[in-house]
Amino acid sequence: MEGKKVSLLQIFAVFAKIGAFTIGGGYAMIPIIQREMSRRGWISDDELPDIVALSQSAPGVMAVNISIFAGYRLRGVAGSIAATLGSVTPSFVIILALAMFFSAFRDNPWVERAFKGIRPVVISLIAVPMINMARKACTSWWKWLIAAASLLLVAFLNVSPIYILLCVIVLGFSVTYFNQKWKR
Amino acid sequence: METLTLLLQLAWTFFLVGAFTFGGGYAMLSLLQTQVVVAHEWISESAFTDIVAVSQMTPGPIGINAATYVGYSVLHEATGLQWMGVLGSGVATLALMLPSFFIVLAIVKFYTKFKDSSLFDGTMGWLRPAVAGLIGAAAVILVVRVAWAGCVPSFSLVRENFADWKSWCLLGAAFVASYWGKVNPILVIVAGAVLGLLLY
Repeated sequence: MEGKKVSLLQIFAVFAKIGAFTIGGGYAMIPIIQREMSRRGWISDDELPDIVALSQSAPGVMAVNISIFAGYRLRGVAGSIAATLGSVTPSFVIILALAMFFSAFRDNPWVERAFKGIRPVVISLIAVPMINMARKACTSWWKWLIAAASLLLVAFLNVSPIYILLCVIVLGFSVTYFNQKWKR
Repeated sequence: METLTLLLQLAWTFFLVGAFTFGGGYAMLSLLQTQVVVAHEWISESAFTDIVAVSQMTPGPIGINAATYVGYSVLHEATGLQWMGVLGSGVATLALMLPSFFIVLAIVKFYTKFKDSSLFDGTMGWLRPAVAGLIGAAAVILVVRVAWAGCVPSFSLVRENFADWKSWCLLGAAFVASYWGKVNPILVIVAGAVLGLLLY
């Protein structure tokens, strides 16, 4: 990173490459980012875990967060814009092409039959990461309670997830804060 | 005029989704679904399920893929014009990323302070179970919908996603393959498509 300035176009191109080869979400992106960054000496291997951890805990799409973070390290705000646009562009182009294709072929009997098979499968593919996440995050009975309550409120009482998240943030923050105060 | 209102609504919706997505693409799906399918009724459950499938299979982060696709679908359905769909997907994707910009750049400034904050860790400890619950809700909403008449709930199966009994077998098989078999999600979707062609 020292000395020679990395050009914005180069940042865009490298992140476009990363975006194009990431299949299946942000986590699949990490090893690819690592290879690209350390090969160019842009971000060292021991810095990356911190960046990943922060990108995970910040709201938004993780891949975008990583790009903003890494781009900023390279060239400031302009770098973060170049990196983000780069990592998003391949998705954008591919999905647009597919969306146009499917809007024309959605009623095609072959496509319809294939999607009849795909739809139930997708539901399981959403349920599995949920279970894995719950097992890792729910370290006590009341955390299971939070998870169950959020599920029931959203799925059966049509409560907006935004309200639930806001309540949990306020509650979690206050409990942690007062816990720390009393312990002192 | 109506189209402009729709675009603004779309932008605001995706801005909110971007600001409240904690924990990756799947967490985003539940937010997106409650906004786009349940609250605004812009697209149907089955169309949403298809979008999730396509987003998982194609390169790029799931969240961005889904936003691009939903943005296209909403504007294309409403106007019937392809270029409006393109505009919609651009607006949705940019609006989704906008909150991240402010938040991540703020974090960069307070990097060290933020890093060892036990207050932050404590709050995240509460947030993560809630996010898991929200993802669960996304899966449940694609299976059953609940309508309330006063205090009496009535449950209805989402027929578009469950054509017949074979759908349940596919769901079960996919769960076993993905949870215990740790089979790659893309492979599971491809298998679903092939079985769909064979069975229906």
